[in-house]
Amino acid sequence: MNRNILEVRGLTKSFGALLASDNVELQVREGETHAIIGPNGAGKTTLIGQLAGELRPDRGEVRFAGEDITALSASERARKGLARSFQITSIYADFSALENVMLAVQAHAGHSFRFWRAAREERALRSAAQGVLEEVGLGARADTPGATLAHGEQRALEIAMALAGRPRLMLLDEPVAGMGAEETQRMIALLATLKGGKTIILVEHDMDVVFSLADRISVLVYGRIIASGTPAEIRANPEVRRAYLGEEVAA
Amino acid sequence: MSSRKRAIVLAIGLLLLAAVPPVAALFNQPFYLDLFRRIMVFAIAAASLNLILGYGGMISFGHAAYLGVGGYAVGVLAHYGVYNGVLQWALAIGASALVALVIGAVSLRTSGVYFIMITLAFTQMLYYLGISIEEFGGDDGMRLASKSRFVGFVDLNDANAFYYLVLAILVLVLFLGHRLVNSRFGMVIRAARSNEARTRAIGFSPYPYRLAAFVIAGAVCGLAGALLVNHTDYLTPEFMNWTRSGELMFMVILGGMGSVAGPVLGAFALLLLEDLLSGWTQHWQLVLGPLLVLSVLFFRRGLAGVIFRKNE
Repeated sequence: MNRNILEVRGLTKSFGALLASDNVELQVREGETHAIIGPNGAGKTTLIGQLAGELRPDRGEVRFAGEDITALSASERARKGLARSFQITSIYADFSALENVMLAVQAHAGHSFRFWRAAREERALRSAAQGVLEEVGLGARADTPGATLAHGEQRALEIAMALAGRPRLMLLDEPVAGMGAEETQRMIALLATLKGGKTIILVEHDMDVVFSLADRISVLVYGRIIASGTPAEIRANPEVRRAYLGEEVAA
Repeated sequence: MSSRKRAIVLAIGLLLLAAVPPVAALFNQPFYLDLFRRIMVFAIAAASLNLILGYGGMISFGHAAYLGVGGYAVGVLAHYGVYNGVLQWALAIGASALVALVIGAVSLRTSGVYFIMITLAFTQMLYYLGISIEEFGGDDGMRLASKSRFVGFVDLNDANAFYYLVLAILVLVLFLGHRLVNSRFGMVIRAARSNEARTRAIGFSPYPYRLAAFVIAGAVCGLAGALLVNHTDYLTPEFMNWTRSGELMFMVILGGMGSVAGPVLGAFALLLLEDLLSGWTQHWQLVLGPLLVLSVLFFRRGLAGVIFRKNE
């Protein structure tokens, strides 16, 4: 079996009286697509925030590729190969699609205290970024400003920026948020091409997306992981059905 | 507008500026030489502020501090009989960079309104420090015993030579600024302004980049301060008055944030208007104020946005 690339132990975070992460235990294996599902308010966003390094847990630890990264900041984790996409589209609106991805490439290609040479003239950055844009189907939109891309294209750009640093683990926060049916199918197809080659943690509401992509699923309810397993195991788990899936999967 | 047309417009602007001394001499109006030199000094200061305000999104309300530090570096050395221009200007740049490092290291840990207030507070501290030192004239200031001396290179007492030196420095600052904002470093500070969370998520911690930009801007403004004190022949804490910081901000905003030529246009528009209106009525600020408000309302991207219209 593949080894675990991410191990979360006893992760706990509360906001006042609200226990948003309650002793979370999670193992993600190298190469798998691991979905985290749960009803609204289950603490998915808080969990993602702690995995990405934007939120500090009160207790517990996050180990990435065997190393304790609990104390590292978001940017340090990103440089170690833990990339994320955002639920609410978060791109550089005034930069072109290519420049958006070039910046993400730049973050992983040497230092950036360089003051003289124009970044856009660095051929290595350009070609790497163009390659990533092709990968997500935005090759023809390289010069379009982020702000004028269609919503589906912006979501794809989100994925491209996460991909650009050649990460070891991608945290995708609701990649189909706000998408129509057709765009959703396109995003599923895109994520399917990444699957296997990349380790992915997929936080998602859309059950079609989850069950068509996930190798394993963890179910988060009231800040606790109540079950982890293959899609078939999760479907059959009575506790999961009672707590969450009930009407959606039983039907 | 293509980059080629943009270059042509810039070249015409520079030629016009280069033509000021002979034309002023022709019409026997040395006042204009003086006015345009002063405007260019402020254009250098505004260009330095533009780096952090326009490109970096750091709303520093205390940029006049470095005009003061640069001015005092020259004035204090001259007070003690050191007239060597290289030494004076090197101190102006170095001391401004150091002060910017201290102010930036503290204030960049905050953001939004707190950042604005802290940068203002630091500058007020320096302002009152300047007022309190009787040795250097307190709030009256003091005359500069001699302009900075660059023996065998340029004589600042020669009004034309001084003018062209300021013009050359302005061109150099704009050129270096242009290189900087398009470099890797420039892309990071622009990215951090545009979307900080995303910038962290792709692996950049904005703080060291912002601090470096803050120090560069301070150093360049310190040089402007050294020019200013040589221009006025007089050192006064008023260099650091908070209204001066406001004027610099206004030049940047009026001219167009995040455009290399913007602050130059802003400096010209603001100071020419000030000159024109004050010759007209002593209540010129009553006219200038509403004009500024209107320009901000209707020219969001400033004068540079009007002249260098982007076609996208």
